[in-house]
Amino acid sequence: MPGPAADVRAVAGADPWSPSPARVRERRRETGDTVTLALEPADPAQTRFAPGQFTMLSLSGVGEVPISVSGDPDEALLVQTIRAVGCVTSRLAALKPGEALGVRGPFGTGWPLESAAGRDLLLVAGGLGLAPLRPVLYHALARRERFGALALCYGTRSPDDRLFRGELEAWARRADLHLAVTVDHAGPDWEGEVGVVTRLLARTPCRPERTVALVCGPEIMMRFTARELEHLGVAPGRIHLSMERNMQCGIGLCGHCQWGPFLLCRDGPVFPWERIRAAFGVRGL
Amino acid sequence: METVEDLVLGHPFFRDIDPEAGRVVAGCARNTVFRSGELVFREGDSADWFYCIRSGRLALELHAPHGGPIRIDTRGPGEVAGWSWIVPPYRWYCDARAVEEVHALQFDGACLRRKMEDDASLGYLLYKRFVPVILRTLQGTRMQLLDVYARPGR
Amino acid sequence: MQPEHVILSPQGLDTLIERLRAAGFRVLGPVARDGAIAYAEIAGVRDLPRGWRDAQSPGRYRLRRTGSPVLFGFNLGPQGWKRVFHVPQLRLVPTDPGQEESDGKAEAPLALLGVRPCELEAVRIQDRVLRAGAFPDPHYAARREGAFLIAVNCATAAETCFCTGMGTGPRARSGYDLALTELVDATGHRFLLEAGSERGRALIEEVPYAPARESDLAAARAVSERVSGAMRRRLPRGDLRGEILRRLESPHWEVVARRCLACGNCTQVCPTCFCTTVEDHEDWVTGATWRLRHWGSCFDEDFSYLHGGRVRPDIASRYRQWFIHKLATWHDQFDTAGCVGCGRCITWCPVGIDITAEAAALLEA
Repeated sequence: MPGPAADVRAVAGADPWSPSPARVRERRRETGDTVTLALEPADPAQTRFAPGQFTMLSLSGVGEVPISVSGDPDEALLVQTIRAVGCVTSRLAALKPGEALGVRGPFGTGWPLESAAGRDLLLVAGGLGLAPLRPVLYHALARRERFGALALCYGTRSPDDRLFRGELEAWARRADLHLAVTVDHAGPDWEGEVGVVTRLLARTPCRPERTVALVCGPEIMMRFTARELEHLGVAPGRIHLSMERNMQCGIGLCGHCQWGPFLLCRDGPVFPWERIRAAFGVRGL
Repeated sequence: METVEDLVLGHPFFRDIDPEAGRVVAGCARNTVFRSGELVFREGDSADWFYCIRSGRLALELHAPHGGPIRIDTRGPGEVAGWSWIVPPYRWYCDARAVEEVHALQFDGACLRRKMEDDASLGYLLYKRFVPVILRTLQGTRMQLLDVYARPGR
Repeated sequence: MQPEHVILSPQGLDTLIERLRAAGFRVLGPVARDGAIAYAEIAGVRDLPRGWRDAQSPGRYRLRRTGSPVLFGFNLGPQGWKRVFHVPQLRLVPTDPGQEESDGKAEAPLALLGVRPCELEAVRIQDRVLRAGAFPDPHYAARREGAFLIAVNCATAAETCFCTGMGTGPRARSGYDLALTELVDATGHRFLLEAGSERGRALIEEVPYAPARESDLAAARAVSERVSGAMRRRLPRGDLRGEILRRLESPHWEVVARRCLACGNCTQVCPTCFCTTVEDHEDWVTGATWRLRHWGSCFDEDFSYLHGGRVRPDIASRYRQWFIHKLATWHDQFDTAGCVGCGRCITWCPVGIDITAEAAALLEA
C-alpha cells in the first residue's frame, strides 16, 4: 500500500455523519405512545428506501435514534413510526407538522424481496415490529401476482396497542391476504384472538416448503417464532429476522451495534435465521 | 351425512389416531353448537366436558371485581378447549364464552375417564394428545407473562 | 536509477525533516514529554528523544535516560498515531470553527516520522475499517489523505511486545514511504534508509546520502533478528480465531472479570480500536447546540445500551467483547486481524492483564 489510496478523494463533500434537514408533513397517532410521521427531507433521495431499512432521526441538542421506515416504498414521503420510550423518541413523537428534524440514511439491508418472488410470503410481526414490515405489505399488495400466498400474523399487547388500525381493517377484508391478529390480553369487547403469535403460524395458507418468512418484533418473540417456523418446515435460510442493537452511526463505523461477527447496521438489520442462530445461543454477546 | 365418528376422526386433535381407539373415543362424543356470546362453561362448575372446536371461536375469561372479564386466551377451529375434566376435582378454573357461533364436538369427561381407567393404553394415547397442547399453552402463557410488547424498562 | 537503500547520517535525517517541512508537510515525531514518549510536531532531529529508553511490563511504564546518542531507543508510548488520523474528539454538527483546516482540507499534509512496524500495520487496519467500507469516514480520510509515513524499524523489544508472532514486526515490510533502521556500531551512528514509494524515492534524492554497503544491510538485518529473538510474548499458534469462538461461554471470562476494572485503558491505547460515541449537547444559557463524536469504549456500561437495558451488563461479557473482537470477530467484520502485537494494552492495564496470557489461559480452561 504505497502512499494514500486515491479512491477516497470523492467522499470529502458528503459527510455520512451529518444529518440532512427534513420537515414533518403529517402526523398520525397510532396508539397511546406511538405516532407515525410523514417526513419531507430536503434531499428527495432520502425518501427512496428498501423495505426493512432504517434512518437515523435527530433533534439538534437532544440526540439521534434509529427508526425503521414504515411507509410505502412507492410514495414520495419518508414515513416513520416512532414509539415514545426515551428522551429522544418522546421529543420526536411530539413533533408537529411543519417542525424540523435531522435525517441520515436510509441505511441497512432490506428484506430479501427479490428472493421471495414466486414464493409464499409470511410476515410475522410483534408489537412495533409491524412498522418495518408494512412497506413489504405495500410492496407485495401492489405486485400481488409476484407472490404466492401472502399472510400477516401480528401479535401485540392488547387491542389498543395495534398499529395501523384502519389499514388492518382494510387488509382483513382482502381475499388475497391472510391476516391473523392476536393479543396478549383483552377485554370482553375484543372478538379476535388472544394468545401468542406463534400459535397463528400453523394456520396460514403459506406452504412451509415454499415460504419466505419475514419476522420483526422483540428478540424473544423472534427467537420463538423462528424456532416454530423451522419446526413447521420453513427452511432456516428463508426465515429472516430484523435485529436491533445500539446503532449510533448507522454506517458501520462506530462499533456500538456489534453482535459477535456482525455489525448490525452494516450487515443487517435483516439477517437470515440460518446465519444468526449461533449468535442467539450466546448470552450477552 | 357425516357421523360423529367421522367428525372425531377428521378433527386435527385426533389426526392419525388408531381408528379403533377413535371409535371408542367417539362413543363419548356428540355434536354441539353455541350461539355467539353464550357461556360454554363457568368457573367453579363441575368440569364434565371437553370440546374439540370445528368452527368458531371460544374465549377463556377470568372475572375481575372491576373492569369485567379479562380475555386470557382464545381457542379456534382445530383446537381443543377444556382440560379440567382430566384432573381432580374436575372443576372449571375459568369461564369459556363463544365469541362467535361455535360448532364443536363435546366429549363426556366421566365417560372417557371410565374408558381410560379400564384401558390404560387408551389413557396413555389420550394423554399423549393432551400433554403437548398443555405444554404449548403453558409456554405461550409464559410468553404472555413476559409482556414482551410492553414499553421497555417497565 | 534511484537507490532503494542508502545510508543517512543523523544530520542527513535533519535535512530530511527540513525538506519535508519545506515541501509543506507538518512533521510529527516522537518526543519525550511528561515522562512518556508522545507524538508531536517536530522541527528537526533536536526534538527527537535522544538517549531515552522505555521500560515496560504489565501495568508498568517508565522512561529513563541512557546517555546514548540513540534517537529511537524506546519502543512505544501510550498513544499511537491513531489520535492523528482518528481524532479523540470531533465536533460533527455544527462543524468546529476552523474544522475545515483540521479536516486537512486547508491544512498542511502530515508527515509521520517514527512509525513502528506494528503501528504501520495498525494504520493499515484503520484504513480498512474507516475508509474501505461503503461509508468511508470523511474526517479520517481527510487527515489520512496524502500523509507521508516514515517507519522506524525496532532496535529493541519491550517486555510487552509480541509483534513477531503476529507477523507485523519488528521490521516494516510495506505501507511506508520511507523506512529507517537506526545503526550504532563501530562504523558510527547512521540510518539505513529504504524507499517504499515513489514519493519516498524522490525525497531520498533531496537529502545527502551515502550508498549502503552489504555490511550495512547485514547490520540492519541483525538488528531485526536480535529484536525478534528477544521477544518473549506471543499469542497461541494455530487457528486462534476458531479456538476462541468455540469458547464464547468459557468460565474463563468470569476469571478475567474478577481482575478487570472495565476502565477502558486498553481500548484507549490500542492503535486499532476505532469505536466512537456520539453525544448531542445543548447550552442551556445560550441555547446553542452541537454534536460531539469522541472515542468510545466497549468497556463502558452504556456502550451496548438498548432501550430498557444493557446487552453486556457485566464485566465478563464486556471483556469478552473486546477480546473476541481483537482476535476473532475482527476477521469476520473486516477480513483482517484486529491486533498488531504492540502490547500497549498489557503495559497500560492498571492491573496488568495480558492479552497473550489470557488467550493461553482461555485455550487451556
